[in-house]
Amino acid sequence: MKTDKIFKGILWISGLFLFFIFLLIFISLFKGSFLSIKSFGLGFLFSKEWNPVTEKFGMLPFLAGTLITSIIALLISLPFSLSIALFLGEYFKTGFISKFLSYTTDLLAGIPSVIYGFWGLYLLVPLIRKLEIKLHVTPYGVGILTASLVLAVMIIPYASSIAREIIKLVPGDLIEAGYSLGATRYEVVKKIVIPYSASGIFAGLLLSFGRAFGEIMAVTMVIGNFNFLPKSIFSPANTMASVIANEFTEAVKDIHLSSLIHIGLWLFIITFLINFVGNIVIKKFKVNERITG
Amino acid sequence: MKKIFVMGFLISLISGSALFARVELLGAGATFPYPLYSKMFDVYHKAYGVKVNYQSIGSGGGIRQIRERTVDFGASDAFLSDEEMKKFPAPLVHIPITAGAVVITYNIPGNPELKLTPEIIADIFLGKIKKWNDERIKKINPEINLPDLDIVVVHRSDGSGTTFIFTDYLSKVSKEWKQKVGKGKSINWPTGLGGKGNEGVSALVKQIPGAIGYVELAYAIQNKMPYALVKNKSGNFIKPSPESVSLAADIDLPDDMRVSLTNTGAKYGYPISGFTWIIVYKDLSKAGISYEKAKELVKLLWWMTHEGQKYCKPLHYAPLSKKALEKTEKIIKSIVYNGKKLLE
Repeated sequence: MKTDKIFKGILWISGLFLFFIFLLIFISLFKGSFLSIKSFGLGFLFSKEWNPVTEKFGMLPFLAGTLITSIIALLISLPFSLSIALFLGEYFKTGFISKFLSYTTDLLAGIPSVIYGFWGLYLLVPLIRKLEIKLHVTPYGVGILTASLVLAVMIIPYASSIAREIIKLVPGDLIEAGYSLGATRYEVVKKIVIPYSASGIFAGLLLSFGRAFGEIMAVTMVIGNFNFLPKSIFSPANTMASVIANEFTEAVKDIHLSSLIHIGLWLFIITFLINFVGNIVIKKFKVNERITG
Repeated sequence: MKKIFVMGFLISLISGSALFARVELLGAGATFPYPLYSKMFDVYHKAYGVKVNYQSIGSGGGIRQIRERTVDFGASDAFLSDEEMKKFPAPLVHIPITAGAVVITYNIPGNPELKLTPEIIADIFLGKIKKWNDERIKKINPEINLPDLDIVVVHRSDGSGTTFIFTDYLSKVSKEWKQKVGKGKSINWPTGLGGKGNEGVSALVKQIPGAIGYVELAYAIQNKMPYALVKNKSGNFIKPSPESVSLAADIDLPDDMRVSLTNTGAKYGYPISGFTWIIVYKDLSKAGISYEKAKELVKLLWWMTHEGQKYCKPLHYAPLSKKALEKTEKIIKSIVYNGKKLLE
């Protein structure tokens, strides 16, 4: 009984501790960006100009760059991560190939992002440049498309490993029942496995979206760091995280530093909102599944 | 700010525990002179037993830390303006240690040795000269067969002293640049791609045919990159080298040594040069350090500007010119502790 109480106490303290860390991060970000909030207000979110010389700051180009690269990366990675998850979760649950493939995907998650950056810079960039020459656009090589491709590879393991575990959890009874009704394997996957594990797949996607959203190093190396609104998928751009990483160390003026922290604050808020909305969607999916199942 | 405070706390803990050992000096700031400083501090430690712990966290961080008095000295690639100095609790002095240069590097077929004028450099980085076979570039490089290739401008994406020196130069030689863009460690570039660090810029320049960018002289020499001769104020085309950078500082300098070395009147000086400074409080008692420590710090500064200078050239930094050293000596001698002189 006593150990039970102590254990419960420890759990409570750890939980509260986490909440306080969250709160303190928010407060220190707010405090740090106070000067910028006071000078630019909400206009900070919609202004296109980022000029440390004239001390005018707005983050619209970075917000656009972040959202566009993350969404494209998610779209590119979706078919890959979903098929890897189905392959490992449903088709080949055991055996050498399955183990090999699942180790490799997990390994992808462990590669430091600077390595992805180098890979992108020295292998992907020249390839994209060749494509751009063929399409008659300025052959920068770096830009939104390159960054999205690098991000897509980086986030595959996050989405696929969660989806894989959820797919494995689909009750055998349901699948057997499907087969006994004469369904083909494809029909079982489409009508039973995917609907049943939809919320898990979505959670995986959300996690990988958050990963893409906050990625710094690999993106900075291949996006071209161009502080204007991107005009096409080939044009260079910049993201919120990478502008902070680029300018933070040498930001001498108070308002410059404050504006960089202000971007950090928005990054924090947006990531929080994505997760919050995501959770609601996941819950909704679950309800649907209960009705149909 | 919080992070810096915590870091300062940790640092003070570490240095506190080392109190019983010898004096240890603590500095933070610019990344540009880091290879030179770490060489100097290593030699100094072996010779005099005084350990110097230097953290190359960037000039901005160095300036903030000296303001918070969490370090004994700061280091910066840009000098502080009068307005910025007012924010400090006590007066400061700037001690130049070495000079560096920013070179224009490029990627055109064969990479011949190009000549460039200030007007051409400004117009390229403003996005007004768009092709390599532009008449104006051809005119001063008649012996080179320039290709019909688009110019792709590459600049630093991270805030840096290199960008400061380069844009300071452009603001001096081009009115349009001064009005439209201005100078700073991070600026709003009118055109081009950004690469992080010298290595980021050089990776992009090496890869993109027709690219032009700017990097530190030492980096360009070490990586065998091509760089352009630049026409200086006296009308001579100067090849960047530690010697021509030292020459750029061979001019009448102000007593406090807070001076930009870009576009100076030196006849054979390379025009895109700049000092890098160590910044300390003029009265070291105001820095919250002991008298013993203050004495060691002043000794170190004297050594760096004298015996230490011989480590500049092997690392492709420019040693202080004679005129620069005269003024610097006076500044070091003016440093006091509670009004008492530390050096004779």
